[in-house]
Amino acid sequence: MSRVRRKIAPYLLVLPGGIWLLIFFAVPMFTMLSLSLQEGDIVTGYRFTGHWQTYTEAISAYQTQLVRSLIYGVIATILLIAIAFPMAYWIAFYGGRRKQTYLFLVLLPFFVSFVLRTISWKQILTDEGPLLQPLRDAGLISQAFHILGTPYAVILGLVYNFLPFMVLPIYVALERIDPRVVEAARDLYANPATTFRRVIFPLALPGVFAGVLMTFIPASSDFVNSEVLGSSDTTMIGQVIQTQFLENSDYPTASALSFVLMAVLLVGVFSYARILGTEDVMKVAAR
Amino acid sequence: MTASTLQRPPASTEDPAALKPKRRITGAGLLHVYTWVIIGWLILPIAVMIAFGFNDTPGRYNQTWNGFTLKWYGRLFEYPDLTSALITSIVIAVVSSLLAAALGTGIGYALGRYRFTGSGSLNLVMFATMSSPELIMGASLLSLFVSAGTGLGPVTITIAHVMFSISFVAVVVRSRVLTLDRSIEEAAYDLGATAWTTFWKVTFPIILPAVFSGVLLAFALSIDDFIVTAFTAGTTKTFPLWIWGATRVGIPPQVNVMGTLIFAVGVLGAVIANVRSRQRKRD
Repeated sequence: MSRVRRKIAPYLLVLPGGIWLLIFFAVPMFTMLSLSLQEGDIVTGYRFTGHWQTYTEAISAYQTQLVRSLIYGVIATILLIAIAFPMAYWIAFYGGRRKQTYLFLVLLPFFVSFVLRTISWKQILTDEGPLLQPLRDAGLISQAFHILGTPYAVILGLVYNFLPFMVLPIYVALERIDPRVVEAARDLYANPATTFRRVIFPLALPGVFAGVLMTFIPASSDFVNSEVLGSSDTTMIGQVIQTQFLENSDYPTASALSFVLMAVLLVGVFSYARILGTEDVMKVAAR
Repeated sequence: MTASTLQRPPASTEDPAALKPKRRITGAGLLHVYTWVIIGWLILPIAVMIAFGFNDTPGRYNQTWNGFTLKWYGRLFEYPDLTSALITSIVIAVVSSLLAAALGTGIGYALGRYRFTGSGSLNLVMFATMSSPELIMGASLLSLFVSAGTGLGPVTITIAHVMFSISFVAVVVRSRVLTLDRSIEEAAYDLGATAWTTFWKVTFPIILPAVFSGVLLAFALSIDDFIVTAFTAGTTKTFPLWIWGATRVGIPPQVNVMGTLIFAVGVLGAVIANVRSRQRKRD
């Protein structure tokens, strides 16, 4: 009796949540796939015709935005590693008793809505705003100088909004390093640079990988930053998908574009997950 | 790890006391300053948001500083649709975080306690929900609701929020179950408790803090969510969606005030939770 119960207990526990994930995460992927192969319009309805050409048409129509999104995503991710690593390093090794406080400060932006944070940057960076107006009055920048509407503003927004997701996993990886390993390197006469390069950095790599997963994907599929801080020259693929879905109701094109974007991003994710093992990535990501 | 373990071993010919402090001040000191600069950068837009809630702006267009006022705090509920959007957000966050906690705790407990066939693929699905672009999750949910012919509204938003919160709750609960001392449960069995009694009297109180952090996490994810919500809302407006819709006509200072209040409540809650968990550890 009790053995049977032990056998079915995990399934009973998993069942409600598992079904929820199945219906509202897995099944929608298939309905979106089906929708991408349908033809018609919002008024007369859509019928499944297996119209694969939607994919090639969508790619050729929006390849600029797709490539731009990936470029912005890659640039933002590289900047994120460069900005987050020294900070995570300092907190992990020199934070002392205040480590938790520093991490809390890093997480502060999460207490403000994503949209509101981005709009706040717009207020700061606008031409008459507190940053540019004094500089222009002082004659330090020309009348024609703008930040808003440029790729710089969009990438700044992406880096700002996803920085905590890069700092935390790198911090967790660095924090887990056994101090004795670092001491051993010193005992073997490695100088600080060598110790960092040969001991600390390799041990921090899983954290960097996890950070890349958690920032590159949302950054390249983002549509808030480019909508608020950018212009028509910085349109990203997320904006195209959002407009096609919610404003034009061109569901097949929007679905096809979503799949193309997902394919590009998930190929990257699953190769990472394979290299590190999902368990390990999740552990780093979850802490 | 302390600072001392990171210093270079002193060269034998030089006086270590004369060399070491200088090195420490330059390297670690610079990083210390750097860390604070980045923290300042992270806080800057929050400070701007809070400040513009006190801005004596004449109309809805709240871009330039016109002097200090407290009047927006008094006229907080001047826009009925903004107020109802905030209430919608809070209700959805409460319902979806409780549902996600119930469903996610089951998964987290099962994964932490039992070895069973299918746990590998469950881990994979959870990993997928946590790392999938929100855009794709929102778009695919919209395609599900469109294909099924269901209308969009608070219910579909709640369904979506539960979906993306379950895995986060499950991960938090699982890590707590994994570190749980099994001998306490065995002691309960030895004293004649049934499995059911043991769970509710022994195991559940131990994992309750993790369930509670899961609820808070799910609440925070839900109330802040914009992207998935934008796809599943239809004509319903949540707080972030209302702000988004208002960007073109100007964002009234009431939004800054509400943002400030949400921020203050969130930070206060987190600080209290942290202090309490430290006290519990000390006891």
